[in-house]
Amino acid sequence: MSRFFQLVRRDLMLAFRQGSTVTLSLSFFVIVVVLFPLGVGPELSILARIGPGVLWVAALLACLLTLDRMFQADFEDGALDLLMIGPLPVEILVLAKVMAHWLTSILPLIIVAPVLALSLNIPAEGILTITFVLLIGTPALSLIGAVGAALTVGMRRGGVLLSLLVLPLYIPVLIFGVAAVDAAIAQLAVAPHLLLLGGVSLGALVVGPLAAAAGLRLSLS
Amino acid sequence: MAIDLHKYANPKRFLSIISVIYPWSVWLTVILLIAGLYMGLFVAPPDYQQGDTVRIMFVHVPAAWMALMIYTIMAVSSAVGLIWKHPVADLTAKAAAPIGAAFTFLALVTGSLWGQPMWGTFWVWDARLTSMLILLFLYLGYMAIWESFDDSAKAAKAAAILALVGVINIPVIRFSVDWWNTLHQPASVATMSGPKIHSSILIPLLIMGLAYTAFFVMVLIIRVRTEILQRRLRVMQISELREQ
Repeated sequence: MSRFFQLVRRDLMLAFRQGSTVTLSLSFFVIVVVLFPLGVGPELSILARIGPGVLWVAALLACLLTLDRMFQADFEDGALDLLMIGPLPVEILVLAKVMAHWLTSILPLIIVAPVLALSLNIPAEGILTITFVLLIGTPALSLIGAVGAALTVGMRRGGVLLSLLVLPLYIPVLIFGVAAVDAAIAQLAVAPHLLLLGGVSLGALVVGPLAAAAGLRLSLS
Repeated sequence: MAIDLHKYANPKRFLSIISVIYPWSVWLTVILLIAGLYMGLFVAPPDYQQGDTVRIMFVHVPAAWMALMIYTIMAVSSAVGLIWKHPVADLTAKAAAPIGAAFTFLALVTGSLWGQPMWGTFWVWDARLTSMLILLFLYLGYMAIWESFDDSAKAAKAAAILALVGVINIPVIRFSVDWWNTLHQPASVATMSGPKIHSSILIPLLIMGLAYTAFFVMVLIIRVRTEILQRRLRVMQISELREQ
């Protein structure tokens, strides 16, 4: 367990000392969201209607942006080989990497999401829900993404392939996530959507590390 | 049972078996396709609402069946390849993918051709259409990962992992898309399920389904055989180079 947290701490430290990762995905997220009013027009009613979807799609893309670095940096300097032969099971290693990825490139998005939601004219009921829903749903993005990242590690032009592999698998998260916010805005029951979203995240928690570990063993063999 | 299956995993024995099946599959494809198309296009009565447009269904519905069936076959043979490390199972999965993608594409195209006169638009964000489109992307991703490894043994494993993750996800995607669709729009497209199917329509439909299956077996055999022979050729070329 302490090894697990050591690994997470190491990754967090690397991310913060290099500095660019967090700000990069954060500014990407903000820019994508800002592009939508420019593209669709400034009408507040339209923005409020599409707002939850825009925030979710931007979060998916921002997640994808940093996903290919999840294992790639460690693969390039050889640290990944050492970690794989180390005492930590590969599945747990994947879990640590996923946690670090989520903390560095998704948690910041969730923190600024309420402000962006406000600018998109999403009603107050929706803003609280969208933060909560992002917290429940986004771990699934990192977990499913880890499978794609593990399969494409060490590949030339892996990033493009990664998006083709991973985005179709993200669709349930997107749908349930947006549905929950829409339900909150319409004053309907939010719980069923949250439960389903939680189910997807928990399912990804089981399948993701197993498949990603298999992918890593394969990519490094 | 298990021993029997292992016996067929030998590429040489596999080749001799499929060369027996192959001519049968060709004849079955030809006969069933002619029979099915004739019954579907000429014998079956036009629908009282949709007129002759309903005949697109005889091409469309079996293609959608095949798209799902082939992904299942692909996932099963990927699992077999991953667990027992049978090269033939990997090759079968690889060979099946483009055929499945082609059927998915066919289902989408014929569906939108049918949608234009019926719904007045080529594309509707209906749950079924959307999940078929996603299935097409799953197929494309699977095919892309085969292409992106130099080492074919590695590619087989990576593709198998992807196919299995995909097959776990397909029910979730299907369910979520249904959920999404019922939330965003009322059942305006319920006409798609149509009136109850009469046997004059059902029989040609089933024949077309069998014809597609026979066609799939035929093309699969050609593709798997090509793969095996290609690998053999490569081994021979490499050993020839070594001798020089």
